[in-house]
Amino acid sequence: MALGLGTAAILLVVLLWELARPTLSRAFARVYAIWALQRRASAPAGYDPGRERRAELRARALLRSCIDERDWAMYRDLGFLRVWGAQGEHEGGMHASYAYLIYPHKPLVAYVPQTGALLNEYCVAFPDLSRPYGSSRLPDSDDVLAKWMALIADERRLVADANMHLPGRQIDPGRLRRDLARLARWERERAARDAHGSDLVRAPRGSDRAGAAERAGADRLAGDPAGSDRVGAPERTGSDPRGADRADTLHA
Amino acid sequence: MKLLRMKPGHGEIVLAEGDVDVPEQEQALIEAFRRELDTGMWAAVPTHSPGSRREAELVKSFAEVPRDAERVIFFPRAAGGALEQDR
Repeated sequence: MALGLGTAAILLVVLLWELARPTLSRAFARVYAIWALQRRASAPAGYDPGRERRAELRARALLRSCIDERDWAMYRDLGFLRVWGAQGEHEGGMHASYAYLIYPHKPLVAYVPQTGALLNEYCVAFPDLSRPYGSSRLPDSDDVLAKWMALIADERRLVADANMHLPGRQIDPGRLRRDLARLARWERERAARDAHGSDLVRAPRGSDRAGAAERAGADRLAGDPAGSDRVGAPERTGSDPRGADRADTLHA
Repeated sequence: MKLLRMKPGHGEIVLAEGDVDVPEQEQALIEAFRRELDTGMWAAVPTHSPGSRREAELVKSFAEVPRDAERVIFFPRAAGGALEQDR
């Protein structure tokens, strides 16, 4: 009797196990998958949200060390660089017959400085095909520096490598005109500030003199309520995210 | 002299650093320089002389790098067109 009951119990257990096994294995697999996902999400060596920001800070420092102080101030305040063309009728410099605007990860834009007429867009990129961290895009300021170096060193070659389009292909002409107006205003303000600063600050000598004059001018602008509508101020709070907004954020 | 390379997601990295007047260090610089050119990078030397604007020159061999240059910056070669995500 006992032997019969024992055998029946064993058979019952085996039968139940066979019936429940598929369900149990599916449930186990589901629990394991959830556990693995949670473990991956909490792992420290995953996505690093600060990496791009740190990369851009390094790139900005490198750019600043390579270009003139005036050009750096232009990029910091306006979000783009202006480079005089060297292949035109006149030599490069402020009397050049054309110039370029360099934006990060946007085409070079050629224009006529005297009239503001837009000439061409030159689409050029510097993709790093090794794709470290999964992207081929250089940080913004590295892209600007690469364009600046290539343009300064070998304008003809860079333009030959680029795809040329009429203005408006990638950058809104209205935005370009606004940027040219901002640039003109920035240059006027800077010239006035430098002139005024050099009148006021004559005591410092040597290499610190220009910097002191500029600082004095900047201090005056900062303390002047009317200065709020001067260089770059509207753009700092306006809709242009490339320029001053980003500069402020990165320097914060 | 420092050899720097622009790198996505990182900014510049130092590839090699050394004194060109020390033969062993110069050799290491030359090898690092060639390695980068072989991977298709462009090399630029930022230049600055007192009283003039800052400029840059592209170099194709280590011999073209001025002996007193402080940095050589490598960056990916230019390609026409924009990246897909830019459009």
